[in-house]
Amino acid sequence: MSFSSFGKIGYVSETKVEDFVRFLEKGKIMATKCRRCGKLYFPPRADCPDDLSSDVTWQELSGHCKLLTFTTVYFAPTGFQDDLPYSLALVQCEEGVKVFAPFSKDVDEGKVHIGMNLRLAPKKLPNRRITYELKQT
Amino acid sequence: MSVAIVGVGQTPFRRSCGSSIRELCFEAFRDTLTDIDLVPKGIDASIICSAPEYDKQRSPAGLISEYLGLNPQPTFYAESICSSSSTGVKVGYSFIKSKLHDVVAVIGFQKMSEISSAEVQERMGRGADIQWESPFGTMMPAGYAMFARAHMQTYGTSEEQLARVKVKSSKYSFLNPLAMYRRVVTLEECLKARVIANPLKMFDCCANADGASCVILASEEKARKITDTPIWVAGIGAASDTLSTTARTNLTGLTCAVEAGRQAYRMARIKPEDVDVAEVHDCFTIAEIMACENLGFCKPGEGGKLVEDSQTYIGGKIPVNVDGGLLSKGHPIGATGGSQIRTIVLQLQGQAGKTQVDGAEIGLVHNIGGIGLYGNVTILRR
Repeated sequence: MSFSSFGKIGYVSETKVEDFVRFLEKGKIMATKCRRCGKLYFPPRADCPDDLSSDVTWQELSGHCKLLTFTTVYFAPTGFQDDLPYSLALVQCEEGVKVFAPFSKDVDEGKVHIGMNLRLAPKKLPNRRITYELKQT
Repeated sequence: MSVAIVGVGQTPFRRSCGSSIRELCFEAFRDTLTDIDLVPKGIDASIICSAPEYDKQRSPAGLISEYLGLNPQPTFYAESICSSSSTGVKVGYSFIKSKLHDVVAVIGFQKMSEISSAEVQERMGRGADIQWESPFGTMMPAGYAMFARAHMQTYGTSEEQLARVKVKSSKYSFLNPLAMYRRVVTLEECLKARVIANPLKMFDCCANADGASCVILASEEKARKITDTPIWVAGIGAASDTLSTTARTNLTGLTCAVEAGRQAYRMARIKPEDVDVAEVHDCFTIAEIMACENLGFCKPGEGGKLVEDSQTYIGGKIPVNVDGGLLSKGHPIGATGGSQIRTIVLQLQGQAGKTQVDGAEIGLVHNIGGIGLYGNVTILRR
């Protein structure tokens, strides 16, 4: 499965971190870690700019995270109109990295508040596409 | 050697303007040359600015420079999305300071109706990181809405305070004949408007427009021959931040604006309280509130109160966007920075008519590209 199957609409087909999608298929959300300086990256990066190294390894994220900010959109770019309204959020994972992700439809919007605990989980989409989303704990 | 702005001009900002991009640019260019002692042959170089994803013409600098009679002088293209023409002014300043050229024209334009609205929608979805964020269906209002939500949570900023930014801008666009929206809107209308990306509603968002702007820069020696009222470039700052939301450390302000402001204040040797009138990048109401904080017009978290207390109106502590701003004047992406500079130049020349800030001597322009991606601050002095 190539990287272009990631997300509702994929814009990027080739990337050195395309294994991310294979891990996602197996239920794992992975970050990359620079073997030289130890810095953890999400979204995953093939290259560490701090020491110009490409010696990176995969590290699984637990999925435990806290909500930093969010919005519900009623206006969408081409290809997303059918999903309206939908919510997008920024969370902080317990490993320290931040993740930008949509809310799962089962999240009760009325009870969402900044600072609440959420769980980041893989999500299979129609047409053999795959993504991740934020679920209630 | 000082560098001056010797001329400014712009077209009206509107939808369905009835002109092609070359004609829009010509209109702004002629408006600029009308009152100064300069002809196209006296311009040594031109810098053409727009956001290319909305252009049909490939490499517009060639087309525009030809139509304005600026061949065979060098011309090229500058881009930093919504701050393209501020970037152009920075490059033009550097040309003059380095003595490479004496007189430089910076022409910014955008014709949002050049491509279909479906094509615009498609491009807007690609404004974020296309590998990791666009696949979720994000766009500009969602990005600023997330800043607004974080600002409200951290500082208690209210939706009413956001709305007050639009109420102010509509009051001033009513007085600006070149503005797209000329109607005064009420607080109630703003609060009842349909939601775009909560907490941002329709009137919290600026509207794209067609338009062009022109700024002509000159060396001190040339400036005094071209005009009796040169306005001096006292400070210029520019900075960048990450495209990825995930790599941002500040969710209640734009770090690139803080840094660009710090550079510009230091170069101009002034403090925020010395600024008499400011144009800030109010692409969304929250953006003006954050700009006031990031530029030091108030403390972090007090931007909402600043507008609520009418301190950003004419007669207040720091008049902000008294031409209607992006929210009400309209936002033709590549032309916006030049239009903001035009407003401040007219203010410092005492030519701002009904929105003149009495005795304005120092003005500031804050122009942002993307969601705090490119920050540009320019300080001008009479």
